[in-house]
Amino acid sequence: MESLSLTVNGKPVSAEVEGRTLLVQLLRETLGMTGTHVGCDTSQCGACLVHVNGDVVKACTMFAFEADGAEVTTIEGMADGDDLHPIQEAFRTHHGLQCGFCTPGMIMSAAALLKENPKPTEAEIRHHLEGNICRCTGYHNIVRAILAASGQPVPERTATATADA
Amino acid sequence: MYDFNVARPGSIDEAVKLLSDEDAQALGGGQTLIPTMKQRLAAPELLVSLTNIPEMQGVCRDGDTLSIGGATPHAVVARDAAAHFPGLAALAGQIGDPAVRNRGTLGGSLANNDPSACYPAAALGTGATIVTNTRRIASEDFFQGMFDTALDEGEIIVSVDFPIAEVSAYAKFAQPASRFALVGAFVARYADGVRVAITGASETGVFRWTEAEEALSQDFSHEALDGLSVDSDGMIGDIHGAPTYRAHLVSVMTRRAVAAAI
Ligand SMILES: Cc1cc2nc3c(=O)[nH]c(=O)nc-3n(C[C@H](O)[C@H](O)[C@H](O)COP(=O)(O)OP(=O)(O)OC[C@H]3O[C@@H](n4cnc5c(N)ncnc54)[C@H](O)[C@@H]3O)c2cc1C
Ligand code: FES
Ligand code: FES
Repeated sequence: MESLSLTVNGKPVSAEVEGRTLLVQLLRETLGMTGTHVGCDTSQCGACLVHVNGDVVKACTMFAFEADGAEVTTIEGMADGDDLHPIQEAFRTHHGLQCGFCTPGMIMSAAALLKENPKPTEAEIRHHLEGNICRCTGYHNIVRAILAASGQPVPERTATATADA
Repeated sequence: MYDFNVARPGSIDEAVKLLSDEDAQALGGGQTLIPTMKQRLAAPELLVSLTNIPEMQGVCRDGDTLSIGGATPHAVVARDAAAHFPGLAALAGQIGDPAVRNRGTLGGSLANNDPSACYPAAALGTGATIVTNTRRIASEDFFQGMFDTALDEGEIIVSVDFPIAEVSAYAKFAQPASRFALVGAFVARYADGVRVAITGASETGVFRWTEAEEALSQDFSHEALDGLSVDSDGMIGDIHGAPTYRAHLVSVMTRRAVAAAI
């Protein structure tokens, strides 16, 4: 067993994990934070995205022991009490979700993009979402929500989905 | 996944010592190894993480050489190599998706030598030198066929020295589901000639297209490639593309790389 200390959404956390425990298992099973989803468990879908020391990573493809000492942010760390994060609010306003399964990963991905590139173009948003799969929305409203969250005008229609998203 | 012990050494010496155990395996970014272990296709008893070793991190320029630590994530190369070697940085920025680029490492990609991976094209296309804990290996000698390299048991890639090209570009025809290269071409022009490396196409992994190199060394334009093609014998054939299709893509992607480099 490995002893870890890390910070999750600003709070210090200690845990005992097996070597094989994935970061997503630590979050969901040990810490009971089930906002981070497991869609594929094969590194393809992005439902499990979280930030580790500010970088977006697939929590299903990183071992918990590698997060020792790290600062982890999950979807639970985005809202401020009852106030949704602006990206969450934009997803709500622009119908950026249907079943909602991909949404935590989409929001963590969008947050990483906007930190690096506060005013992305539609093409840049689609390129950035390459690792986020959504089975419901067809991506248009997700792209529109991210444009809105970045404070840019939201077109009625976005370009036809490209192979990028 | 079977359970295993873990180690996060802080130095190369310590890592090499831990990896001398025959049931130990190196862990880079885990973007290939973790999915493989989930499928129980790999079951090391000790996993030695290489991501906590400062000497194996980062991008550093020394004259005409860009030296990149073996545990440097793709995203760091995409960002920090851009000012020195834009063609190489752009290749790193096209690997997988942002989350894969934040974890996956240069050393892990080269050690794995997936026949459809991007970095092998950059290493062979620049004539890079792979620096391990024991020796320096020329890229020509390093890649030994699909998923096979010159690395010995327990040997680790500490860094890679890339000779900086005058101009270069990578053109990748991405497999739509995986984003790996269905075919990718890296083209680099140096004072003494042009190099062309092709990934994704051949059953023996990355290779140099020497006929195109000769033509481009005479005339660095995509017209110089008119009439040149590779034989479809030995090209990969699968549900994504027949050998003839891949052979055709080799010419197309090489042209696109030349056009992008100019
Ligand atoms: C969704 C997805 C999309 C991807 N798309 C692409 C793509 O478009 N192009 C592309 O090229 N790749 C792609 N990859 C692969 C990715 O680039 C991996 O990062 C890479 O193949 C392996 O690097 P790693 O650091 O994760 O290595 P790991 O998975 O940790 O290790 C891979 C192998 O290398 C060994 N190893 C690791 N580091 C070293 C070292 N320093 N020295 C010696 N041996 C070492 C390990 O023991 C293991 O055998 C993709 C992966 C995923 C999950
Ligand atoms: S659950 Fe991690 S990428 Fe799909
Ligand atoms: S909203 Fe259902 S998967 Fe995206």
